[in-house]
Amino acid sequence: MGNLLEHMGVERDRVHFSWISSAEATKFVDVVREISEKVSALGPNKKFVKDYN
Amino acid sequence: MDTCIKKIRALAADLLDKGEVERVIGFAKGTIPMATSPIAIGSKQEIEKLVFNSTCGLNLANFATKQKGKIAIIAKGCDSRNIVTHIVENQIKRDQIYIIGVPCNGMVDKFKIAALFKDEITQFEEAGDTLTVSSVSQTQTLSKQDVLRENCRLCTHRNPVLYDVLAAELVEEQVLENPFPDVDRIEALDSDAKWEHFENLTKNCIRCYACKNACPLCYCPTCFVDEAGPQWVGKGQNKTDVDTFHFLRAFHCAGRCTDCGACVEACPMGINVRDFTRKLNKDALELFGWEAGLDLTKRPPLDAYSPQDPNDFIK
Repeated sequence: MGNLLEHMGVERDRVHFSWISSAEATKFVDVVREISEKVSALGPNKKFVKDYN
Repeated sequence: MDTCIKKIRALAADLLDKGEVERVIGFAKGTIPMATSPIAIGSKQEIEKLVFNSTCGLNLANFATKQKGKIAIIAKGCDSRNIVTHIVENQIKRDQIYIIGVPCNGMVDKFKIAALFKDEITQFEEAGDTLTVSSVSQTQTLSKQDVLRENCRLCTHRNPVLYDVLAAELVEEQVLENPFPDVDRIEALDSDAKWEHFENLTKNCIRCYACKNACPLCYCPTCFVDEAGPQWVGKGQNKTDVDTFHFLRAFHCAGRCTDCGACVEACPMGINVRDFTRKLNKDALELFGWEAGLDLTKRPPLDAYSPQDPNDFIK
């Protein structure tokens, strides 16, 4: 799915997949930190966004 | 193709005569030139209605399911692969279907031919590789190879993979150095150019759903686009909804699509919706070594777990 989104032009770093157990708090923190860093580096997303106005 | 249709008619007549099947599903002449429509024939009197030529671009496997009694079906390479997919996905039983295999030399791209004429096409004749197409103002002789559909040009399974009888001699399969040049072209673009490509591709979409209705893979009782609770995707012409529809429709075909081209064939707006599914076909081949509809004993890759499945996208 990530591959097809990337193929359509949604940057790879916007979509992340992870498997985290409820007991893996540190992994959760690490993954969220990594995701937010990568996404903020990309800036706001303009693709696949529905304008409701 | 003349001898082939004679054989198809003879086989169909014989099957109906002996009562081996209740209906034969094939192609009939369309109401306009350069068109054929699917037909189900239940009696020998109707046998002359069956035709087979280079405009039979729809996929008959779409009509093989939800039939009562035994049916016979005319199957090109791609149709037969979709029949295999139907059997694997329990949509039909093998002993319920009699497959008349037709080795295929490719189907013609009607938009490509129509673009060569300024006015409406009134006649379409075919003799071997030569096509004679006429409009009111002119007649052109075309080589079929020049106006083949893109998916047929890149087809590596022209012969039926599963059949009970053949209507013609098997044809030589193409060996392609790169089966996915079209996907590579898009992959070479940067993110914004990719997005622009798909935005332009779908900008004329009228949400008629012809692509999903022509697709043999789309057999869900209620399609996600028609679902009201929850409503997965808006029903109007909003661009994001249109893109969401195309994205999800394609993804539902992941690892199942045989690139038969029925979606493109059915599209009234000439949108190459294969640009979505082709990427998934390439991934299926590269990540899972999988081409859909070749083996009755194997489940599609997204339907089965294997410890060897690629995992590197999960953190």
